[in-house]
Amino acid sequence: MSGKPTLDRADARVRHDDSLKGAFREFTDRLRSGDLGMLPVIVGLILISVVFSTLNPVFLAPNNLVNLLFDCATVGVISLGIVCVLMLGEIDLSVGSMSGLASAMIGVLWVNAGVSLPLAILAALASGALIGALYATLYNRLGMPSFVSTLSGLLAILGLQLYILGPTGSINLPFASPLVGFGQLWILPAWLSYLLGALPAAVMVWVGLSVMKQRQAAGLSSQPLTRLMLKAVALTVALEGAIFYLHLGRGVPVMFALFVLLAVVLNYGLTRTQWGRSMFAVGGNKEAARRSGINVRRIYLSAFMLCSTLAALGGILSASRLASSSQQAGTGDVNLNAIAAAVIGGTSLFGGRGTAWSAVLGIIVIQAISNGLTLLNLSSSLRYMITGGVLAIAVIVDSLARQSRVSHGRG
Amino acid sequence: MQARERLPAKGERILSLKGVSKRFGAVSALTEIELDVHAGEVVALVGDNGAGKSTLVKVLAGVHQPTEGTIEYMGRPVSFDTPASALEMGIATVFQDLALCENLDVVANLFLGHELSPWRLDEVQMEVRAWTLLKELAARIPSVREPVASLSGGQRQTVAIARSLLLDPRIILLDEPTAALGVAQTAEVLNLIERVRDRGLGVIIISHNMEDVRAVADRIVVLRLGRNNGVFTADTSHQDLVAAITGASENSVSRRQDRLQAEAGGAST
Repeated sequence: MSGKPTLDRADARVRHDDSLKGAFREFTDRLRSGDLGMLPVIVGLILISVVFSTLNPVFLAPNNLVNLLFDCATVGVISLGIVCVLMLGEIDLSVGSMSGLASAMIGVLWVNAGVSLPLAILAALASGALIGALYATLYNRLGMPSFVSTLSGLLAILGLQLYILGPTGSINLPFASPLVGFGQLWILPAWLSYLLGALPAAVMVWVGLSVMKQRQAAGLSSQPLTRLMLKAVALTVALEGAIFYLHLGRGVPVMFALFVLLAVVLNYGLTRTQWGRSMFAVGGNKEAARRSGINVRRIYLSAFMLCSTLAALGGILSASRLASSSQQAGTGDVNLNAIAAAVIGGTSLFGGRGTAWSAVLGIIVIQAISNGLTLLNLSSSLRYMITGGVLAIAVIVDSLARQSRVSHGRG
Repeated sequence: MQARERLPAKGERILSLKGVSKRFGAVSALTEIELDVHAGEVVALVGDNGAGKSTLVKVLAGVHQPTEGTIEYMGRPVSFDTPASALEMGIATVFQDLALCENLDVVANLFLGHELSPWRLDEVQMEVRAWTLLKELAARIPSVREPVASLSGGQRQTVAIARSLLLDPRIILLDEPTAALGVAQTAEVLNLIERVRDRGLGVIIISHNMEDVRAVADRIVVLRLGRNNGVFTADTSHQDLVAAITGASENSVSRRQDRLQAEAGGAST
């Protein structure tokens, strides 16, 4: 940094952390100010794996982890939608019922009525979009708090699910069908999963280098090359290691790959498009967003529709996972798990903060706990209590971190 | 948009209000207001509470529509039906509460709602333009990648003013820009207002602070009970201004001053 400072480095009051030591200092500063990021999740995961694997070594066996990933994908997709509504400081309590309705629609339309599978899936997704649009209209036009509208939706949609399933209550999906294969059997070929594992780092380096070139051309400072390379190497080692371990068992489920793909798309939308910027703005300060010319109503509409549609998709995935559409689908802890996953992963309940990755990491934590407890042969009563406790802790961490952020001036 | 095609020459009349009235039911908030704004001048609107300053600002910002009277903008009669239409014609308003998103950084706030390339945000270009604009205003923002929550009141005011400039307006309206600021920060914002004026924009500033008003304003327009009550220059004496604002040379401010003088005189003898 000799000679003339770049455009953004002219102010002597700001410390710039370029070196590795600097990066570490920046990280500890962020933690102290309450910007916890992914740290609680990583600590949580280490804790969970140590505790459960000492209680039952099967927990860390490759095939158990493969099953874990299958389970993650269904609720995880629902959790992606929850991230969208939480971002606006709103909530959707009916995602569990919505997923149950979608699962019932697959059974009724496809198996009972003989509608082709793609059409049945499309109908289930469309019903999700419709219900999301209804919530948004109630919110935008009538000022109905999403808490209330989706709480009544929770009951109404559950009723609809029971109604269309009729007295039989449960429909089995044909086991040889591609839908069930997708939910229970399909695994990425080894070469493909290793290739996909190397992709994030490749994209990271490619984008990083082109941004670096652009910033240098524009007279701005850019992140040091070594830091970019170190990040890429660390990411690749971690991913390829995980993939190698999973391939000691069955391998990486296609369903989980779909979930990650959706998370990547949502992450791009939230961080790199005007829509995502508007989501953050509306969640942070609705009035300011409105005065900046953002169509706030359309943002609410997009978030609620996305949330319900993803919930419907999650329901379809769970039907394929369980090979059945039943009255139990989407009930119990599905709602809570989806919301808890987003919050545990670091999306704030207070709006304006969050990432798509919080759903991925959060659901892995939630499912790991649930899976570990099942391995210990604990009853569902205990499982519910423990999951409830974990959610409470996650919300407490969120509120404390928020207070700390406010006092450190980090919004 | 046609009105935006040419930049007005310095001193050219940009905005002219003729006989503007605004009634809310039986209440006349504004009665036959006359107001001219020229390019490269700072016009201060002063008046006591309830004088109609905020109503006038809202009329100019397109929030309220006048009941009577005409608004001429760049020599042709116009009407501002919505805040967006006022903004589009080139009248930018910085409201008192600034309306910034605290969770977003300075660049995101500056470009909010007008991001470059909506489907693949051009962060580099936005950051360069943000720095260039802030440099032009000689604004002292340490980093444009910090959330606005970490900025001081004066820095936030600067960001809000810079944001209104980004849309290339002809006139900017500032509602109480110094009300919440300390001494040094007030001075910085006043400097900023002068630099905006020097760029050839018309500036309308509303303030209760006579000192600030006299420091930057080329003309001081006094409103009283919704009517024009005189136009003054910066070298008008404080007493005359207060008299125009309160409507009498015998008012609570002058009475207090007389009392203090009498007490001081009594103590010295």
